[in-house]
Amino acid sequence: MALIEFTKRGIYCKQGDFYVDPWWPVDYAVTTHGHSDHVRFGNKYYLCHTLTKPIIKRRISEDLNVETLNYGESIVRNGVNISFYPAGHIIGSAQVRLEYKGEICVISGDYKIEDDGISDVFEPVKCHSFVSESTFGLPVYKWQKQDIVFNNIKNWVNDNVHQQKTSVLIAYSLGKAQRLIKNLAGDVPIYVHNSIANLNEVIIKAGVNLPETIRITPETTKDELQKGIVIVPPAMRDSRWIKNLSHPVTGICSGWMQVRAHRRWQSADAGFALSDHADWPGLMEAITATGAEKVYVTHGFTATFSRFLNDNGIESAEVMTKFGQEDDEENKVDLADVETHNPKTI
Amino acid sequence: MKRFARLIQKLEQSNKTNDKITALVDYFNYADDKDKVWVIALFTGKKPKRPIKSALLKYWAIEITETPEWLFSESYSNVGDLSETIALLLPPAENTSDYQLHKWIEDLHDLEGKDDETKKNFILNAWNTLENQERFIFNKLISGNFRIGVSNKMLVNALAKQSSLDSAQIMHSIMGKWDPYEITFTELINGIHVNTDNSWPYPFCLAYALESEPSTLGDIKEWQAEWKWDGIRGQIVKRNGELFIWSRGEELVTEQFPELHFLIDILPDGVVLDGEILAVQDKNVLSFSTLQQRLNRKTINKKQLEDAPIGFFVYDILEYEANDFREQPLNQRRKILEQLIGGLDESPVVLSPVINCNNWEELAELRQTSRSINSEGIMLKKLSSHYHSGRKRGDWWKWKINPYTVDAVMIYAQKGSGRRANFFTDYTFAVRDGENLVTIAKAYSGLTDKEIKEVNSFVTKNAIEKFGPVRTVKPELVFEIAFEGIAESKRHKAGLALRFPRILRWRKDKKADEINTLEDLRQLLASTM
Repeated sequence: MALIEFTKRGIYCKQGDFYVDPWWPVDYAVTTHGHSDHVRFGNKYYLCHTLTKPIIKRRISEDLNVETLNYGESIVRNGVNISFYPAGHIIGSAQVRLEYKGEICVISGDYKIEDDGISDVFEPVKCHSFVSESTFGLPVYKWQKQDIVFNNIKNWVNDNVHQQKTSVLIAYSLGKAQRLIKNLAGDVPIYVHNSIANLNEVIIKAGVNLPETIRITPETTKDELQKGIVIVPPAMRDSRWIKNLSHPVTGICSGWMQVRAHRRWQSADAGFALSDHADWPGLMEAITATGAEKVYVTHGFTATFSRFLNDNGIESAEVMTKFGQEDDEENKVDLADVETHNPKTI
Repeated sequence: MKRFARLIQKLEQSNKTNDKITALVDYFNYADDKDKVWVIALFTGKKPKRPIKSALLKYWAIEITETPEWLFSESYSNVGDLSETIALLLPPAENTSDYQLHKWIEDLHDLEGKDDETKKNFILNAWNTLENQERFIFNKLISGNFRIGVSNKMLVNALAKQSSLDSAQIMHSIMGKWDPYEITFTELINGIHVNTDNSWPYPFCLAYALESEPSTLGDIKEWQAEWKWDGIRGQIVKRNGELFIWSRGEELVTEQFPELHFLIDILPDGVVLDGEILAVQDKNVLSFSTLQQRLNRKTINKKQLEDAPIGFFVYDILEYEANDFREQPLNQRRKILEQLIGGLDESPVVLSPVINCNNWEELAELRQTSRSINSEGIMLKKLSSHYHSGRKRGDWWKWKINPYTVDAVMIYAQKGSGRRANFFTDYTFAVRDGENLVTIAKAYSGLTDKEIKEVNSFVTKNAIEKFGPVRTVKPELVFEIAFEGIAESKRHKAGLALRFPRILRWRKDKKADEINTLEDLRQLLASTM
């Protein structure tokens, strides 16, 4: 009997009687990471990585009942052994390994292979069945090394500073923002929106080494911002606040920026292909390394990716998630961003 | 090639015209002269020799990347561009090269007549030498057009800024006939292959929309009323035996409209006319959609000439006997115009008629009939007015009619193409017919990017059925559709068709049971017949 089934509420382990990243309230929710489409309000208990705990408490509610595991640690629930391994997606992101009577299943949540300098690096886990995302499951999505992308961003910022323009980077407050901060920190001061500053506080308190940033307040002058790097969440994108900066130019950091049509579609000035999801070679590498006999493909180019796996001798099935396979996760407005965004404060 | 790749990147990194011009000026300041000529050629739609079919490019890319054909197609439909799909699929290049743009173009030229094996070796070697962005450009040289948001006008403005030459002169030069394999940059922008003095256009005089009642303009006797035609504003210049047609976008479009070339024999030298380029049959103006078949075409076939014959409705005369006439009052200019054009009976060049009315009420009534003659309303010009440069308040007014509108519900959505390839941007709308919904229009413009995103997310969450790229969605979102006309149609299930439907606004305040009915539209149709 399979270890997991895909139900209306989400991925369910019958033997252990718990869900992984459920969409509707359940008794026990094993949580891969803190993005709002993977962890929701209303579950009785949450099990997540130690670093994810303060994040979801901050973003959802201080009252959550949360149990934690470190990478490599495990607990047993109704006879099912649950353990966490780094997924490399964002700080605290975990692949969930389930073992029951010798049968092993890994639910990877979102993941990427490249070391981003701030999340623990993805670790392949041998298993019988593997649940994989396919956000960028097309061979045209192949990332450049992040050093190259960050160099491009730095050059862009330097040009902007010289031309008296204000560099505004649009990034998720959880994940992408910290990755940018970690890798762009240097001579140019980094100014961050409230929602990012709040999360940074929590993350630093949890013991993560994050370079210093400056919280944007009503007192922050346009002149200061013009000479720095401004990082704001996607909800701020078309805001009056950005328009009122001194010659603002916006840059979007997302895997979709690999393709010109997507870049032009965005009403941003620059697009940098920087993703927290695995690219095509990354997906293939991860899946091969698991040795899985069966691969379930969730959100992204599910049909395409699943077909490719089947054609190449890896049994695969596409799984519909609640929001449909074509919803592109990186472009979705992160609800947590909207909730913490108060235009009056900046 | 690297410099050109950087230019493309800079152009794509900004939505602002000024930034783009700066990037172009920067490029023209430092690039190799021969490269510059090619950049002008490419941006104005001149293609280099193309000895390799794009199907072969695709085939070789599939072969060396070992990509299944279906997966290539999936990738292509996500990327929306063949050159780019190939550039992205290929493995990283093992070498780099400083080979210049024009050298690549010349090498490609030399492949003409060579066997496929030689061509293939050349291409594979190039791919393995070029970075991603350069590869994309290289593939475009062989198989595509450069559509990167640089209009002819923007290019000309950049060249003018860089060279301190006059922009109209440069426009004439680059729109003229020249061979990028032969001409030098200096020769090109100085226009030694053309006589730029002959083509000078004048800035168009533009009108503001009339916001109050026309009676506030005073006595109707002081005003000239004309129909406002819905075409392409144009200027026809005839000097020293040469004829030029300029569009309002300050582009030379002479070649696009051969029907007007006879004017070279009719008009005396030293004449400049202002008017509207329209689709015209037997002196009747045809719809704008008919005219559209003729716009922005490099070549025109016989069928297009027959289906959409072009005419020119003349509004004004700006130069006569080589004298600038713009300071003359309108009634004087009109007199000259009538003498000059009035006699052209059997031609598609028509003096745009003056509407004679005794009072504003009479005119207001006539205005309601605008649609029946494919006019968008009425122009009011003060008889004593000069021909101003650009928009000036007071002397010229446009008094347009309002479009028709209907509230309809979205029932299908389809993904767009190009820059909209990954969003549902093309919608089909329906009105109520008893218990059923019947489709009445398809529209794809009129929403902001933000609204499109919102609709997109609605479609992904509420798709009921999939038919290839089309999704049936829950009939929930109501839109106000504007349209210019309504006609009977046997081809449409509704029995009628809307002209120029577009989304006026998203009616978030309305529910699907509050939309219009087919009967409403039938009544409108009956009232227009």
